[in-house]
Amino acid sequence: MLEITNLHATVADKPILNGVSLNVPAGEVHAIMGPNGSGKSTLAYVLAGRPGYEVSEGGATFLGRDLLAMEPHERAAAGLFLGFQYPVEIPGVSMLQFVREALNTQRRARGEAELSGAEFIKLAREQAKLLGMDAEMLKRPVNVGFSGGEKKRAEMVQMGIINPKFAVLDETDSGLDIDALKSVGAGINRIMRGPDKGVLLITHYQRLLDYVEPDKVHVLNAGRIVRSGGPELAKELEREGYVEAAA
Amino acid sequence: MTAPFPTRKQEEWRYADLDALRPVWQQFAEPLTLTVGPGESFEKIWLPGDEDVLVRRVQIALEAGAKARIYVLNAASEYGRTELEVSLAEGADFELFGANIGTGLSTNEIVTNVRHVGVGGRSRQTVRSVLNGKATGSYLGKVEVARGAQQTDAEQSVKAMLLDRGATANCKPELEIFADDVKCAHGASVGELDAMQLFYAESRGLDPASARALLLEGFVMGLWDSAKDADAIGEAAREALRRVVG
Repeated sequence: MLEITNLHATVADKPILNGVSLNVPAGEVHAIMGPNGSGKSTLAYVLAGRPGYEVSEGGATFLGRDLLAMEPHERAAAGLFLGFQYPVEIPGVSMLQFVREALNTQRRARGEAELSGAEFIKLAREQAKLLGMDAEMLKRPVNVGFSGGEKKRAEMVQMGIINPKFAVLDETDSGLDIDALKSVGAGINRIMRGPDKGVLLITHYQRLLDYVEPDKVHVLNAGRIVRSGGPELAKELEREGYVEAAA
Repeated sequence: MTAPFPTRKQEEWRYADLDALRPVWQQFAEPLTLTVGPGESFEKIWLPGDEDVLVRRVQIALEAGAKARIYVLNAASEYGRTELEVSLAEGADFELFGANIGTGLSTNEIVTNVRHVGVGGRSRQTVRSVLNGKATGSYLGKVEVARGAQQTDAEQSVKAMLLDRGATANCKPELEIFADDVKCAHGASVGELDAMQLFYAESRGLDPASARALLLEGFVMGLWDSAKDADAIGEAAREALRRVVG
């Protein structure tokens, strides 16, 4: 579903990714773990197309299409979703308005019918409820005044509404207390587990993987995948640390 | 008797489009005056009209404990000016939420003179401008605090977005304070859209033009949050923004 081949990327002329190769077939959840500065967030941003993140070599395809040739909004319409490590605040734009425009723009791009206001609000309320978010928060400006945990929950509500084919989740677990972690984990499983879906779960810690069990775990270090394995690899990392496990 | 035609040497007319003003000056020379009685509240929303030139000159006297809240959208195609002279007696409260949205060669400006005369008055002025082409948007805001007007609390917040290199924003807060126990804050910024906000919106599926439009809308629409009925001014602001964003 997502195939990354020998991906090299630079940020401000500094090489960060140095040949990442990775294949996430449909129906699978892959976790990427690694120490700070190993390139995890850069990989997420490159896949989503953030300006300033330059690919210098290699490539990536998504559902058989050249991912890197697409603009960020085209990647979203193709079914890619990035859950931000630091969700961005947008004053003056309610979350309802933001996600509705996002979803309907995607639907137009795919030649699907737009959702009416009533249909959309019903969907948004359902998703907020499933993730334990007060529906009143949907009326507030996007992420403004939300706590760190609320922002991450709000990202998952957006994901639930948009219902993407593939999600790259960048440290969605950071800043969450244990109850929020459980509900976010359950949300990821509910929204993204399916035979035609896929997830790339970027995380520092094993704890989210207790709730979202990965099919494969990869260790990223200095911009390269240095080890891959099954779910047991995450437990080994937790026990022994990145240095030992990567050696 | 008609007041003399202004000149650019007068600070409050420095950025005005006097050529546009001249033919209609007779109409606007005499400002509208109104008084808000003790403890009373006044709220007003001023929308842009169909005219190419629209000038509003209003003097408001706020008596003790009176409140006034003004929402104004300046979006004239040629010259729009909202001029407010407000005096605040003891404990009076004045809030202004204004936007200049301009395109082409237009000039839109908000010019205020807020005079704190009594003790414990509060004033809040928030102005946002969105400008493209060779449009000019200005805010000239004078705050005067009289000798006896202790515990005055005055704030001015001015932000502008310039969408083209040729657009101009003028922000000029001016303070004249003759009391020693007062708070007068002012902040001004002129900028472009935030790159991270744009990327966030695009990564959720908005194409670049829609993302820009949405962010600009947010920049302006936050002004009307406290209005009792923001539908009309919200719709007018959206329409003005559509002309600017294209």
